[in-house]
Amino acid sequence: MAGKIMFRNWRFEVLTNRKFYIAGFIVSLFLAGVVSFYASSDPDGLERVAEDIGFLETAKDHTNADGTLADYGVKGIDNERASVGVAGVIGVIGTAVVAGVGFKLIARKPKKDGN
Amino acid sequence: MHIPDGFIDVQTSAIFAGLAAAGVATALKGARTQLDEKTAPLAGLTAVFIFAVQMLNFPVVAGTSGHLLGGALAAVLVGPWAATLALTVVLLMQGFLFADGGLTALGLNVFNMGVLGVWAGYGTFLLLRKVLPKNKSSISLAAAIGGLLSVPAAAIGFTIQYAMGATATFSTSAVLSAMVGTHVLIGIGEALITGLTVSAVLASRSDLVYGWKNNVQKLEIRSAN
Repeated sequence: MAGKIMFRNWRFEVLTNRKFYIAGFIVSLFLAGVVSFYASSDPDGLERVAEDIGFLETAKDHTNADGTLADYGVKGIDNERASVGVAGVIGVIGTAVVAGVGFKLIARKPKKDGN
Repeated sequence: MHIPDGFIDVQTSAIFAGLAAAGVATALKGARTQLDEKTAPLAGLTAVFIFAVQMLNFPVVAGTSGHLLGGALAAVLVGPWAATLALTVVLLMQGFLFADGGLTALGLNVFNMGVLGVWAGYGTFLLLRKVLPKNKSSISLAAAIGGLLSVPAAAIGFTIQYAMGATATFSTSAVLSAMVGTHVLIGIGEALITGLTVSAVLASRSDLVYGWKNNVQKLEIRSAN
């Protein structure tokens, strides 16, 4: 199995911290920016259940239903592929900024020797 | 799985906003002791990855789709505390930027996906890790099954909220069976994505994986020779 080979190179892997995070970020950008166009547009599980049972109409419009990025599309970009792709890229970058800064602050430990 | 405004009344939404806030506060406390400079970036990347994959609805049965929730995945990669925080960031982004998940329903959604989903997935993972052989395949398998169960668990969370404060009057038992039935199927997709992602991270950076490294210190030393 490939896992075995990777495991032997464990020491090498540890050195490739930056590469690992860049790869993970690029994969996320690709998924949200390109693959998202091919996602199913059928109602999700909850929406389907709400429709079948009959309480779907109790849903209210979202507060930001007319927002620039509402429903994962960019207002003003007519091409559907570009619209969802750009929205996905914005979401990935925005999440990276918020989560990146947030977790960095949470992880920061006060140094014992006062610095 | 993102509840819109209107399904659940304001009182029930407020109760769950309080519960979700308590869960997030506890998670903040836990993550502060558990995360360090080495693991914090993976927590950030986990949030990013979950946001991206949640955009990828996959078909389950005719006319119905589902997407990753990511609670079990996050808990295995970065621990349950950071997982709740990662899911909360994702839900905040989706609710405020993308109009996905109602703003009054934010507490309901954080509770279902960020607390219930995380702990159902992580609890299942811990139980399975105990009984399975101590190797990487077991970790991926345990994570996958944790993922599988986390989805109906979140669906049961919604059903409880529906029972407490639905604006509609259809029977709770009908909602329960429909929610669980549909979300067990979605859980299969969740299991596949969770298992594959965990095994990919284990293959490249096992030293970062929370669910692996805090269990197999001895084995790691033995295997590294």
